[in-house]
Amino acid sequence: MSKKVLVIGEVRDGAFRNVSFEAIAAAKEISADGEIVGVVLGDNVSGLANEMIHYGADKVLTVESDKLADYTPEGYSQALQAVIDQEDPEGIVLGHTAIGKDVSPKIAARIGSGLVSDAVGIEAAGEEVIFTRPIYSGKAFEKVVVKDGIVFATIRPNNIPALEKDDSRSGDVQSVDVDIKDLNTIIKDVVRNTTSGVDLSEASVIVAGGRGMKSEENFDILQELADVLGAAVGASRGACDAEYCDYALQIGQTGKVVTPDLYIAVGISGAIQHVAGMSNSKIIVAINKDPEAEIFQIADYGIVGDLFDIVPKLTEEFKKVLV
Amino acid sequence: MNIYVILKRTFDTEEKIQIENGEIVEDGAEFIINPYDEYAIEEAIQIRDEHGGEVTLVTVGDEEAEKQLRTGLAMGADKAVLIEDEDVEDGDQFSTQAILAAYLQDKDADIILGGNVAVDGGSGQVGPRLAEQLGFNHVTSVVKIDIADGKATIEKDVEGDQQIVEVSLPVVVTAQQGLNEPRYPSLPGIMKAKKKPLETLDLDDLDLDEDDVEGKTKTVDRYLPPEKEAGKILEGELDDQVKELVSLLKNEAKVI
Repeated sequence: MSKKVLVIGEVRDGAFRNVSFEAIAAAKEISADGEIVGVVLGDNVSGLANEMIHYGADKVLTVESDKLADYTPEGYSQALQAVIDQEDPEGIVLGHTAIGKDVSPKIAARIGSGLVSDAVGIEAAGEEVIFTRPIYSGKAFEKVVVKDGIVFATIRPNNIPALEKDDSRSGDVQSVDVDIKDLNTIIKDVVRNTTSGVDLSEASVIVAGGRGMKSEENFDILQELADVLGAAVGASRGACDAEYCDYALQIGQTGKVVTPDLYIAVGISGAIQHVAGMSNSKIIVAINKDPEAEIFQIADYGIVGDLFDIVPKLTEEFKKVLV
Repeated sequence: MNIYVILKRTFDTEEKIQIENGEIVEDGAEFIINPYDEYAIEEAIQIRDEHGGEVTLVTVGDEEAEKQLRTGLAMGADKAVLIEDEDVEDGDQFSTQAILAAYLQDKDADIILGGNVAVDGGSGQVGPRLAEQLGFNHVTSVVKIDIADGKATIEKDVEGDQQIVEVSLPVVVTAQQGLNEPRYPSLPGIMKAKKKPLETLDLDDLDLDEDDVEGKTKTVDRYLPPEKEAGKILEGELDDQVKELVSLLKNEAKVI
């Protein structure tokens, strides 16, 4: 198949999020021999464009405007509409991130297409592309095909590996002029709650605390462990309900669904609500004083004991091994 | 204020999922209002109580969804509409968008609230899709809403950070956890709900053909993930367990 596929990259704090490169690999699955066209939107982003080519894009289009400095649904959808009109693609892929989730349905409605959200796997079968995506918060999976129109999908970060970076690849970088009309949505302020720079949905390692943490202050020992591992800190609903941490950290059926390489569950009993949000993690470590805790049934490795003894020791041991 | 809430009947989050021949087994399962849609209903009631007006609940589904609509009415919504979709082939998010838009297009809504995501399908598409078709603004994943002078000042969750946006009405917003604490229906509320208007419509009533709303995507299979085998509980002195764990993660699992 040689379909033209657009890959919409996502820039945060002056660099691509890794899911942008994973989306290029996904586009190659959809269209092995087709042209992969990267798209970057923002205020000052053209300098980054080549990196999409290094990860497999054939050319990259940039749309630059001060109205695209911050994400707004209207600004991004105007820019993307212009790119779609110009390129007439047969596929579109982007990350299932806050921005991807927000803009992709708007574009799909605008162009009257289907949309496969939150894909974790893609396989081509003849002319058809079959997407795998979690349903019921990862308690089950479904396989979905596009019946009609453009093959449009968002992919879950951390599931479809990016291609090897090849700095010798080259391709065109072109800018597309779009006259972005005034926006009805004004961003007044952004409050950063996330302490470390590691984003829960994209983290390859997550350290999560439950009710067993006993207090907000005690989450500090999880942050110390997370810092050593370059990990993000998460929490169970119980810990959030007890106000040990912000709901932004909640992992579970309500809350975030995550699939890191390593998930360390500390003082978490393993209620079905929580497990739904993390059971597809590649390796699960459980630390809990109750040997009967349900979390041990899905853990690859477990330590039974007092987390307040174990976690600081674990932090020290990782420090030794990771330097 | 003319306030609408779009909601979905979903599996109870505590239910274990069973699949036979690629279909979810629904026999005997408990159904609830999608938890994120409950936040939307609660917020709609609070907005009405502050600004006046009326809250209308809308769902697309089968007759079973009447129970969830009655629960929403018992919480305090004023009326409800059930749009039956049994004639829709391969119904997907596009279908739901098209049906809801056909109903809402002439209703002069000021604000439409829904959940950020449904806990069954999990796509989170319908809110922004509906907004686009109606020509409304949209804000997803909201945790706070203030309405004044035809504008909404909204706090939204962006992967853990909070963004504060100002947007003009009409708007579609989707509720994130933390927006409010949904009330339980009171006994008088439940009694009153039985008498509140609940209208049932089908595609004909909305001047829609089955072809107009046929899905663009199709689910070809559903399956359960492989069961995980029980893992290894470490033993011995605590210091040794910690050393062993780190070594296993590095050398056996190769995840650090």
